[in-house]
Amino acid sequence: MSDVAPVGTVADARESALGAWFRKRGGAIVAFIALFVAWELAVRVTGIKEYLLPPPSRVYTEFMKRFDPVMASAWVTTREIVAGYLLAIVVSVPLALWIAYSRFMENAVYPVIVFLQIIPKIAVAPLFIIWFGFGFAPKLLVVFLLSFFPIIVSSIAGFKSVDPDIMDFARTTGASQWKMFAMIRLPQALPQIFTGLKVGAALAATAAVVAEFVASDKGLGYLLLQYNGNLDTPMVFATIILLSLIGLAVYYTVELIERFTIPWHVSQRLTAEETLA
Amino acid sequence: MSSVEVLQSAIVIDGIAKTFRRGNTETRALERIDLTVHDGEFVAIVGPSGCGKSTLMRLIAGLTSATAGSIKLHGTRVVHPQTALGIVFQSPVLLEWRNVLANVLLQLELRGRDPAPHRERALALLATVGLADFADRYPRELSGGMRQRAAIVRALIHDPPLLLMDEPFGALDALTREQMRVDLEALWLETKKTVVFITHSIDEAVLLADRVVVMSARPGRIERILEIGLARPRGLDARKSSRFVEATDLITSIFLARGILHGTRH
Ligand SMILES: Nc1ncnc2c1ncn2[C@@H]1O[C@H](COP(=O)(O)OP(=O)(O)OP(=O)(O)O)[C@@H](O)[C@H]1O
Ligand SMILES: [Mg+2]
Repeated sequence: MSDVAPVGTVADARESALGAWFRKRGGAIVAFIALFVAWELAVRVTGIKEYLLPPPSRVYTEFMKRFDPVMASAWVTTREIVAGYLLAIVVSVPLALWIAYSRFMENAVYPVIVFLQIIPKIAVAPLFIIWFGFGFAPKLLVVFLLSFFPIIVSSIAGFKSVDPDIMDFARTTGASQWKMFAMIRLPQALPQIFTGLKVGAALAATAAVVAEFVASDKGLGYLLLQYNGNLDTPMVFATIILLSLIGLAVYYTVELIERFTIPWHVSQRLTAEETLA
Repeated sequence: MSSVEVLQSAIVIDGIAKTFRRGNTETRALERIDLTVHDGEFVAIVGPSGCGKSTLMRLIAGLTSATAGSIKLHGTRVVHPQTALGIVFQSPVLLEWRNVLANVLLQLELRGRDPAPHRERALALLATVGLADFADRYPRELSGGMRQRAAIVRALIHDPPLLLMDEPFGALDALTREQMRVDLEALWLETKKTVVFITHSIDEAVLLADRVVVMSARPGRIERILEIGLARPRGLDARKSSRFVEATDLITSIFLARGILHGTRH
């Protein structure tokens, strides 16, 4: 964009890519900075009590003081999120495939899944404590349970939503079932599978914290309750921000993988967004 | 052309009927269709919407099973999807994650053949349908008509002896449509494939086909089969010939008599 920059160098190309990125994300970054500045100023000007609303600077200093134990807890929670989420993917995508292609599975298993989906999964968490105790397993299962349903439901929809004419075309080539799956059905299901994966990713962090609320002696959910009980509001804020960052990291990892797996779909969505903008 | 050559039958349709059942409702799509298409013949099928043209095409390709009757392709009864053909559906159905060239080559990849040696031919065919500059574009970047032209190339790339085309020019503008018709005739004259060409356009049917099959509304039946007998290549001039006018008038009068077309009221 700049009118003084020399043209044609690699550095220049990189700079313009960065520029493009900033033009796109810059607004959000500025908005976040403005939010924190306004928050800081508002707290200082109004002199509001710290245990009600601490300024961001205080949240930061408190967090740095207890960096090591908090990060150890964050690691515990991250492991629960990632393990439960991966388990949900590994179980639900193949199961979705089976349900989508088997009349029996669709008639027998799918209604059960739809029914189970109605159950408020979080209400089941205490039950897991009874069954599996206080350790890693019940948290993993709650994360699994919450991310499982959006992934399986959208994966089934994805596998089923193939255009019948394209399949008819494929049948006139004599291609094997496997080939039709690999070359047509799977790629066309991926956009919907990724939609489910992203919804699941967003739910996974919530699930881990709730599971830790119910019964735990470590993890960010446990810490959050401790800090809350002590009216240590700066650390409550620090924990919440940390949890959000973990959730965001999982979500963007999935989105990054999506970008590399189905660039044709992502670019289409981006163009659609640009057209709307 | 039937006088001298001894023509082999590419397609023999014998008493085909098709009824769709969903719950208690039955749709009689086709009723007793008898039709023989000779090797290398160009047959067009015209008929009103919903008379079962697409259903008939799917039956010939073995993509659906008949309620009664049988179909033979080169003497072999059709029971499974047939592979010795190229098929164009009413909608272009391209894969959105493949560019135009890759969509064309999909035909060969699905057949387990190496697509690399066919690249040149694919590009040449794309050029003949005016897509030379779009080989590396994705379907979403193409107009509806361009997508359909890519689908036509995909149906030709493996050089099949039989072409089944379901309103292939339906999405094209009048000009491109006329050009595609002329090009299809040229291609057919060159390769002498057997072609079954479904269309809504009486003109197009008469201008392209050796014989035009006129179908009546649901349940679909063959109303009349017309030998066209216009000299080839027909190109752009055939519209002026008296035989063209005669044939289109006759088909129009059949549709008028069956209430499929209505004249102006007096
Ligand atoms: N899968 C199906 N299930 C139930 N009915 C069907 C099915 N396919 C077609 N039909 C019915 O069969 C009849 C013929 O359909 P078909 O698609 O063959 O018509 P067509 O002549 O190709 O029409 P158009 O010119 O509009 O494409 C229609 O009445 C349609 O409703
Ligand atoms: Mg049709």
